[in-house]
Amino acid sequence: MTASAGAACRAVVARDLLIAARRRSDVLTTFFFFVIVVSLFPLGVGPEPDTLREIAPGVVWVAALLAAMLSLARMFSADHADGTLEKLVLTPQPLTLLVLSKVLAHWLTTGLPLVLMAPLMGLQFGLPGDVLMTLLVSLLIGTPALSLVGAVGAALTLGVRGGGALTAVLVLPLYVPVLVFGAGAVAATATGLGVSGHLSLLGAMSLAALVFAPWATAMALRISLE
Amino acid sequence: MLQAREIECVRGNRRLFCNLSFRLEANQALRVGGENGSGKTSLLRMVAGLSPVDSGKILWKEGPIAASGEHFRRDLLFLGHANGLKDDLTPVENLKHALALAGMSVGDAALRNVLAEQGLAGVAHLPVKLLSQGQKRRVALARLWFSTDKPLWVLDEPFAALDTASVGRTVAIVLAHLRSGGLVLYTTHQEVDLQDARVQCLELGVQ
Repeated sequence: MTASAGAACRAVVARDLLIAARRRSDVLTTFFFFVIVVSLFPLGVGPEPDTLREIAPGVVWVAALLAAMLSLARMFSADHADGTLEKLVLTPQPLTLLVLSKVLAHWLTTGLPLVLMAPLMGLQFGLPGDVLMTLLVSLLIGTPALSLVGAVGAALTLGVRGGGALTAVLVLPLYVPVLVFGAGAVAATATGLGVSGHLSLLGAMSLAALVFAPWATAMALRISLE
Repeated sequence: MLQAREIECVRGNRRLFCNLSFRLEANQALRVGGENGSGKTSLLRMVAGLSPVDSGKILWKEGPIAASGEHFRRDLLFLGHANGLKDDLTPVENLKHALALAGMSVGDAALRNVLAEQGLAGVAHLPVKLLSQGQKRRVALARLWFSTDKPLWVLDEPFAALDTASVGRTVAIVLAHLRSGGLVLYTTHQEVDLQDARVQCLELGVQ
């Protein structure tokens, strides 16, 4: 990677973080959506501690999936509408790297807050310390895959009417493996089994997404501008 | 330098133009004219490499633009219909980001100077969403002053929404670019005369 490509990537991340700071409501909506969805379950299911502990991993992970889903529409649609996407595509830098920078900014503003909030959410379900730790680690390893795979869906549905619902239909099935092994890791800790297998697979999925998703997203973005 | 060979553009089931060829050397400009919907923007987006040609070839320095990729984009400045500005950022931040993407790092003082020349000194610190349409266009056009090293300028309606003084400044920078060996491909509906023998005209939609 040349110095100017590095500078361009830093510029993309810095700009997206600056916009997120200026439009805090967008970021906070996703965050509070996650908090509220997770908090509704103990109220709806009832205070039975065993039941709550049992459903906790699935509930937190599904809420994280839906929150990630909710934020995907924002990833490229504003850039598409105001013409900054054209500029991004026409820079002399490799589009794949610039896409990766945009995904990184997206994860920092939507994924990371969820990861940090998750242990507090887990407390509502009476999860013990080691399980909370696994929840945190599994989300930390798994949420980058959500942003990466989601970017492909967001780019493919750019400019399509009702794109939000279509993105969900496209992307949610692809999130299933992340959900299975993410929630599985937390459940395995709760039952005293080893978690390294689950976490390794989760990491492998994030790495595979890191390799393929930016490339596929870049292709989809080029097509959306034709 | 820039050459189009028998290019064709089809949108839906309408053929906007076909067998269109032109050649543009250094110090030359091509004004693309025609009615609304005659394919001016489509042609400019094809030349910029944003849309593929339906048939034919576009060559830059004797090589097809698709194959030249990054080298071609290094030589190109494209100013589209949309201004490419972020509503929540100030003109200075917007320009700084656009230039950083193009691989340039320009200090705030230089950016403010160019914006001041555009008559934007008073609004340089405001979010772009508070600016008028013409002021936004001027912010987008400020990139021209930093892009003199890029030989090929493709400008889609650069004078839209501008007042007379701004049109004058823009014409001046375009002419300066032409004199220093640049190539300019542009569209406009306004009667802006570059008053230069190096400007050719291409009228689309004439059968």
